[in-house]
Amino acid sequence: MPKQKIVLIGNGMAGIRAIEEILKRKPDAFDITVFGTEPYPNYNRIQLSKVLQGDTDVQDITLNEWQWYEDNNIRLYPGETVIEIDKKNQFVLTDKDRKEPYDKLIIATGSNPFMLPLPGADKEGVTAFRDIKDCEMMMDYSKKYKKAAVIGGGLLGLEAARGLLNLGMEVDVIHIADYLMERQLDRDAGNLLKQELEKQGMNFLLEKQTVEITGRNHVTGLRFKDGSKIKADLVVMAVGIKPNVALAKEHEIPVNRGIVVNDHMETEVPNIYAVGECAEHRQMVYGLVAPLYEQGQALAKHICDQADEGYKGSVLSTQLKVSGVDVFSTGKILDDESTKAIKMYDDWRGIYQKVLVEEGKITGAVLFGDTKDGNKLLSLIKKGADVEEYLESGQTEESGVDLVASMSDDELICGCNGVSKGAIVEAINNQGLTTVEQVKGCTNASRSCGTCKSLVSDLLECTLGDEYSADQKETICSCTTLSRDEVIEEIKEKGLTHVREVMNVLGWKTEEGCSKCKPAINYYLGMINPSEYEDERESRFVNERLHANIQNNGTYSVVPRMYGGVTNSNDLRKIADVADKYEVGMIKVTGGQRIDLLGVKKEDLPNIWADLDMPSGHAYAKSVRTVKTCVGENFCRFGTQDSIGMGIDIEKKFEGLYTPHKVKMGVSACPRNCAEGGIKDVGVLGLDGAWEVHVGGNGGTDLRQAELLFKVKTQEEVLEMVGAFLQYYRESANYLERTSAWVERVGIEHVREVLSDKETRDELNERMDEALAAVQEPWSEAVKNETLLKELYEKVNVPTGSN
Amino acid sequence: MEKMVQRVPIGKLSEFPERLGKTVNVGSKEIAVFKLGSGKIHAIENSCPHKGGVLAEGMVSGEHVFCPMHDWKISVIDGNVQEPDEGCVQTFKVEIENDQVYVLV
Repeated sequence: MPKQKIVLIGNGMAGIRAIEEILKRKPDAFDITVFGTEPYPNYNRIQLSKVLQGDTDVQDITLNEWQWYEDNNIRLYPGETVIEIDKKNQFVLTDKDRKEPYDKLIIATGSNPFMLPLPGADKEGVTAFRDIKDCEMMMDYSKKYKKAAVIGGGLLGLEAARGLLNLGMEVDVIHIADYLMERQLDRDAGNLLKQELEKQGMNFLLEKQTVEITGRNHVTGLRFKDGSKIKADLVVMAVGIKPNVALAKEHEIPVNRGIVVNDHMETEVPNIYAVGECAEHRQMVYGLVAPLYEQGQALAKHICDQADEGYKGSVLSTQLKVSGVDVFSTGKILDDESTKAIKMYDDWRGIYQKVLVEEGKITGAVLFGDTKDGNKLLSLIKKGADVEEYLESGQTEESGVDLVASMSDDELICGCNGVSKGAIVEAINNQGLTTVEQVKGCTNASRSCGTCKSLVSDLLECTLGDEYSADQKETICSCTTLSRDEVIEEIKEKGLTHVREVMNVLGWKTEEGCSKCKPAINYYLGMINPSEYEDERESRFVNERLHANIQNNGTYSVVPRMYGGVTNSNDLRKIADVADKYEVGMIKVTGGQRIDLLGVKKEDLPNIWADLDMPSGHAYAKSVRTVKTCVGENFCRFGTQDSIGMGIDIEKKFEGLYTPHKVKMGVSACPRNCAEGGIKDVGVLGLDGAWEVHVGGNGGTDLRQAELLFKVKTQEEVLEMVGAFLQYYRESANYLERTSAWVERVGIEHVREVLSDKETRDELNERMDEALAAVQEPWSEAVKNETLLKELYEKVNVPTGSN
Repeated sequence: MEKMVQRVPIGKLSEFPERLGKTVNVGSKEIAVFKLGSGKIHAIENSCPHKGGVLAEGMVSGEHVFCPMHDWKISVIDGNVQEPDEGCVQTFKVEIENDQVYVLV
C-alpha cells in the first residue's frame, strides 16, 4: 500500500510539533512534505527575546536541525510559500510552481504581527518583533543608532524594549493604556512592573496614541494624538498579533478570527487540519506556545486513527521573560462583582500577589516579585480546585510535591517544550537522573523559559524520595551528589589524600570521575594539604600537565616569566634566539605584558625551556598569572608610587601559586590606572602616601569592575592584604570560579569583614606561606626529570613498512 | 589494491604512563594510545571528530577520554562520541606479547 501523503504548510513550532507527535505514533506510515516561508529549520520563537537580550544565539534556538528532517525522511522546502490549495483534487501549489498532492493537509501558518496602519509605517527603520529577520535587524540598528521607540507595552513590547536596552539603545515604550501589560496584569501589578523597569532604564509614555511615524525615507520620530512628538531612529511595533488566515480564507476554508477547528483540529473541509496560533477552537485563538502541544497530540491521534476525546482547550499562564523581573499571571485577571480576592501587597519589597475566587473556586491569579506559587495556582485552576485547597497547601511545606504527585501522567510540566509529567518520571527512573540539570539535558524540560524548574525539582523529589535533596545544592559534577563544601569537609575529616581515594570513599557514580571533578579534587587536595599532597598529573588538564598552552592545531605556546612586565636586553636576545632556532610560528605581546612564542611543537618544549633558562610564566594555568604594571614614579610625570617595584614584589611572592581559577593582577601608580586594575582579580592603586587594594574585577567573559577592599599605607601592608585575600579565595571559592564571580556571590562586605580581623589575616598568611613553600618551578623541573620527559613529551614514531 | 594489516611494535607496556595518552605516528597515521587505570591498552584515531583536537592529550577517566579542545567525551573502547555530542573515531586493535605492545594498522 502506498504511504499516505501529509503536507504541512508552515515550518514553525506548532506544525512541526504535530508532525513529531505523528512520528511518535506511526514513524513509517506517512510520506511527509513541509513548506515554510522562513529560510530556517524549525526554531523556538519564544526564545527570540532572549536572543535580543543577548542571553543566547540564533543558532542555539533551533529546535529541529536540518538533519532531523533528513533522518525522518521529511521533504522540507524552506523559503517556499504555498499560494494555492485545491480542496477538490487535494493538492497545493507553491510560489515556486511546485505542485504537491496530499491525503491530509495541516495548516500551521501561525500569526502575523499586527502593524498599525499609521502614516509612515512603511518607512525604513520600522519593524515588528516576530522572527529571526526582525531580531537581526534590531541588533544591526543598535550598532548604528541610539534612540529606539517601542509601540506597545505588552509582553512582547517589554521584552523587545529590554533587549534594545541591553544592546545599548535608549528606549521609549509607548503604550495606549494607562498601565503596562493590561491584558495579563491588574493595575497594582502593572504599576509595580513599571517602577521596576524604569529602574532598569526604560522610559514610558502611557496613554499615548501614535498618529504618525515621521521622517523622509528613514524614520526620525513619532507624533502622538495630543500633538507631542519624540525622536526615534528605530520603531518597533509590538501591539499584538493576528492569526495568519489569508490562505485559508482565500480558499474558502471557514474562518472566524482563526481557522475554525473541532476538538480533533479538523477544519470544516475534509482532510484539512489547522493547528497553533492560526486555529480557532471553541471561539478561542491562542497566541502562546503551551496549547500547541496538546493540540498537536489531538491532531496526531486523529490522523493516526487512535481513539481520543480530543482537545478541550487550555488554561494559560504568562510569564515575562525579562531578567530581574518576576511576573506571573493566569486565568482571570481583573476583579468584578462576582469575584473575591485574596491579596498581599508588600510595597517595601516589591511583592504583590492576588488570587481571584469565584463561587469558592480559584479562577485566576496575578503574581509580582515572588512567583513561586505560580505553577501551583495554574494547576489548581486547571483541575477546578476549591480555594480551601490552596489555602491549606500554603500551610504545609511539601505542597509542591503533593501537587506534582496529584498530576496525571500526560499533564504538561514544561509548556515551552511540551514535556509531560510521565515523560520526565520515565527519564528519571530509566536513566537514573537526580538533578534538574540532568532532566533538562535528557528531556528538554525547563530548557526554554525556565518557569517549570521548580516543578521539575518537585517531580524529582516526588520520584526519588529521600535520595533527592530539594534545595538543589550545586554538586561538583554529575559524578557525585556532593557539593564542593561537603567534599572538602569529608577530605579533612577522613584524611583523604588521593583523587581516586576521594571518589571511592565518597561513593562516586563513575569509576574515575570526569574532566570536571578530577581537576577540582586535585586542586582541593593540594589546597588542604600543600606540603604533603603529591599533585596528580593525570588529573590535570593538558596545559597544566605539560606546562604550556595547547593551541587549536595541537602546537603549544610558551610564555616566560617577566616580573611586572619588565624585561632586559639579555632575556630578549635569548627569546629571539629560541624563536629562530625552533622556528616558532609567531612572537606576540600578550595582554598581561608578556611575550608569547606560538606554534611550538610539543617535543621542542623542554629544549626551549632549557635554552631560555627563564621561569615559567604560568600563562597556561589556573594560578597566579601576571602582575601588569604602569611605569610609575621612576619615569612617569604623574606617578605617585613605585608601581613597578610593588608589582614585581607581588609577582615574585605569589608566582606559581595554584588558585581556583586564573588570577590576573595589576599595579598602577595613580588613579589613571594605566595597568587597568579596575578589571583585574587584584588591582593595586598607588596614591600619594597610600595604596588601594581592589578585588574581584574581570575584563573577560564576566565584565566586572573591581571593588575597593582596603586602603593601606605601606607596601608591606599591600602584600599582607593581597596574601590574605588570595588565600581566603583559595579556601572558599569553587574550583573554576573567578574572583569576580566569587566576590559577587559572597559579597565584598563579607570579604572585607573576614579580612579586617588581624588574627584571621595572620592565619591566612601563615597557610599561604605553607602553600608557597611547596611551589616548584615547573620548567626547570621538567627539563631535568628523565621519566617526565619520556612519558609526557616524547612521541612514538614508527615509519611504515618497518614490520 | 588490497590493503595489508600491519602489526607495528610501538613500545613496552610497562613504559606507557598510566591514565594518560601517547601520540604514536605510524607512517602518516596519527594514533592515540591510552593505558587505562585497569592496565589495558587501547588505540584510537588521534583526532576528535569535532575540530580535530589531539585526543592523546585528553584527560582519561575510566574508559573515556575528554578532548582537550572542547571537552567532547569519547570512548577509547569503541571510539564512540558520548551524548550530547555525536560521532565516532576509528579504533585500532592492540596486541601485547611479552610486554611488547603492537598496534594493528
